[in-house]
Amino acid sequence: MLDAKIPAGALDDKWTDYKGHCKLVNPSNKRKLEVIVIGTGLAGASAAASLGELGYNVKAFCFQDSPRRAHSIAAQGGINAAKNYQNDGDSVFRLFYDTIKGGDYRARESNVHRLAEVSNHIIDQCVAQGVPFAREYGGLLSNRSFGGTQVQRTFYAAGQTGQQLLIGAYQALERQIALGNVKMYSRHEMLEIVKIDGKARGIIARDLVTGKLEKHFGHAVLLCSGGYGNVFYLSTNAMGSNVTAAWKAHKKGAAFANPCFTQIHPTCIPVSGDHQSKLTLMSESLRNDGRIWVPKKQGDNRKASEIPEEERDYYLERRYPAFGNLVPRDVASRAAKERCDEGYGVGTSKQAVYLDFAAAILRYGKIEAGKEGNDHASEDDIIKSGKEVVKEKYGNLFDMYEKITGENPYEVPMRIYPAVHYTMGGLWVDYELQTNVPGLYALGEANFSDHGANRLGASALMQGLADGYFVIPYTLGNSLADEIYAKAIETSHPAFEEAEKEVADRIHKLMNIKGTQTVESFHKRLGKIMWDKCGMARNEKALQQAITELQVLKKEFWSDVKIPGGIDEMNPELDKANRVADFIELGELMCIDALNRNESCGGHFREEYQTPDGEAMRDDEHFMYVSAWEYAGESNWNLHKEPLVYEVIKPTQRNYK
Amino acid sequence: MEPYHMNLNLKVWRQKNCKTKGEFKLYRVENISSEMSFLEMFDVLNEQLIRDGDDPITFDHDCREGICGACSMYINGKPHGPWQANTTCQLHMRAFNDGDTVVVEPWRADAFPVIKDLMVDRTAFDRIIQAGGFISVNTGNAVDGNSLPIAKDTADTSFAAAMCIGCGACVAACKNSSAMLFLSAKVSHLALLPQGGPERKSRVINMVAQMDKEGFGACTNTGACEATCPKEISLTNIARLNKEYLFASITAGR
Repeated sequence: MLDAKIPAGALDDKWTDYKGHCKLVNPSNKRKLEVIVIGTGLAGASAAASLGELGYNVKAFCFQDSPRRAHSIAAQGGINAAKNYQNDGDSVFRLFYDTIKGGDYRARESNVHRLAEVSNHIIDQCVAQGVPFAREYGGLLSNRSFGGTQVQRTFYAAGQTGQQLLIGAYQALERQIALGNVKMYSRHEMLEIVKIDGKARGIIARDLVTGKLEKHFGHAVLLCSGGYGNVFYLSTNAMGSNVTAAWKAHKKGAAFANPCFTQIHPTCIPVSGDHQSKLTLMSESLRNDGRIWVPKKQGDNRKASEIPEEERDYYLERRYPAFGNLVPRDVASRAAKERCDEGYGVGTSKQAVYLDFAAAILRYGKIEAGKEGNDHASEDDIIKSGKEVVKEKYGNLFDMYEKITGENPYEVPMRIYPAVHYTMGGLWVDYELQTNVPGLYALGEANFSDHGANRLGASALMQGLADGYFVIPYTLGNSLADEIYAKAIETSHPAFEEAEKEVADRIHKLMNIKGTQTVESFHKRLGKIMWDKCGMARNEKALQQAITELQVLKKEFWSDVKIPGGIDEMNPELDKANRVADFIELGELMCIDALNRNESCGGHFREEYQTPDGEAMRDDEHFMYVSAWEYAGESNWNLHKEPLVYEVIKPTQRNYK
Repeated sequence: MEPYHMNLNLKVWRQKNCKTKGEFKLYRVENISSEMSFLEMFDVLNEQLIRDGDDPITFDHDCREGICGACSMYINGKPHGPWQANTTCQLHMRAFNDGDTVVVEPWRADAFPVIKDLMVDRTAFDRIIQAGGFISVNTGNAVDGNSLPIAKDTADTSFAAAMCIGCGACVAACKNSSAMLFLSAKVSHLALLPQGGPERKSRVINMVAQMDKEGFGACTNTGACEATCPKEISLTNIARLNKEYLFASITAGR
């Protein structure tokens, strides 16, 4: 069932050869071809804009009121590229190698190498669009470090890199809308894929303002709908981020790959109470300068400022001297959980560790004093100028922290704890980003392809834009070249009618349950099951329990959910119910996948499989494959394995010590 | 600061859709933690309304970390509420005391028609961007990023303008419902960069024309927009916009 269609030849040459030989569609034929793009984040907006520029007829959909609000906008830290502007030994190969290693050897070599190759074009493209990246005094682009690397390859725009990149892609998209090449459908949610003769030929979408269902034809459908972190209820994802588009595709035949690979980000603002609706990330870039520590004494209730230096345990620096505070996310998250579980946590909940900038403030202050030739600066002056430097680098993050917690992180260390942030799993795609359903593609976080079992920081933006700007314009043409004789199918075709009826029936069913429990309460319960039993640490018994609990939850949802309002109007509760219903089903598949993978790798940590010092223990002999799950009816899936063949890199145990 | 709890009276604008008339309705919420965000307080209220068989209040929100620009509540007479440089989602209940009455309205502007309750239609902003808020460069045309050095100050000023989140608070705060701060932020972002040079004149002319067409009002320099902007977009951008517009107008056709 699965053919990854990896081009033959040396790894370095695959993409160049592919581009040299793939089929093309001439401009007059592009005008006759229609492409549907779901989602307008970095992947969707860049794809829709680039395909519009090429002359395809594009229809783009997003559930937000404007494409500019897609959740890519919230990415903070940066975007990686192998430019080697810092002369510190970076190269395409190193970016490729770091990404494969960071993913704990569970990603496909060919896709990751291509990602590293196009990374440099992304920076150039964004600069040309007017993305105001941070610059040095000489006018050239600035870089910083991120976790899991030893070079400075991250480009950034203060703590708002995602915003600036998305605005760039959004502007390119709006330009194509103005030119008539792209038609934009905002406040629309995709609720079904339409398949005709085995190919994806369109979608059913719901206009969220009027509640009306719409049928849209496309010669191809691109899902750029992001990740499914909200299955955990609390995550750093936006409130609206959901799996529905991908899940509908899955139920229509597209395999779902590695669903259990979820990323728990180590530096988020801790949960403050039951009212919490979402969690907020504090960018990984803070680990460039912040030092993570807990008290050496268990249950230490003193304030951070009262704990002297020698009684602090900088546990990341202690355990991983080579990478220190910049170990990859999965490693840093587990280490924080380990300390808190052992009783060293801080704050009222004891579910937090410190991220401390005092040392960085002093260091920068001394550098500033040195620049001014002031050898006798007082400590107060040093701290004052140090704070200014830190403010310039991370000011917006510090402000956000203070608004949420009411504490000033320039004076007291931040309290942080891991939180769900990203999902490496997603729809299975081949080298061309096509799912196993012909004509159906998945880009960005919605697919599974590039990050293996753990994504490195600043690589999500890179992948979203790589897929949209530089991969899909080539690979889509390769199959659409065979479609130039295929006329657009009228949406009166029985397949469209049938799909529309399915959607309408489901909505009626939901609205007619008229139960007693709110959608939100079900979502919270789902999140708790997933976080407790399929979160940062998993084991066989808990996962089996979770599956049973999820099946019960699903039954209860479909018999007792209470949705107010009507169908033919703006009804956010109904939208949410549709999404939560899909999340519950996905949750079950995630647990099944986690149960099947009897090893620990990257973000997937099975307590039964760890080294004596608590590191993840992979089992390459039995699990060096992508788990691609085929939907086979309710609570039933068939596993297909795509073996991962490493031709260039030799997998070893990841070592950041 | 130690967390505390409060009871509040809420006066919220309810409107079924853009065709019907709206009205204020009174609600009471109890035992609200000072650690909640303003929207989490609304979540509590909505759960209460659903359980009681009432229609929950519709409002726009998404990222809840102050960057997507979706949230848009007019709280106690100020867009996004009492805190400076803040969005509604980042407003926390610490800003209020037990027994307070809080008035919540949607953005009010002809160009932002109400969709339902506190949710408005801001697609006019997208159309202003369509009129010229971009650099016409197709994918694949770019030269090396470092081949075009840009002075740090210039890049920083451009970035400060580009931080606009398109929330519309500037329009809501303005007595004329002018979109000048939004528009000037985009014009400044692109006009300051050498990449934006070739389309500098056509961009400003076309964007201003579109703004007028959408029904936004004129600017009378009261500065309410700057005072309320969650990203502290500076009024100097409007001065730059006026300069750009004047220059483009008098040199049109040359």
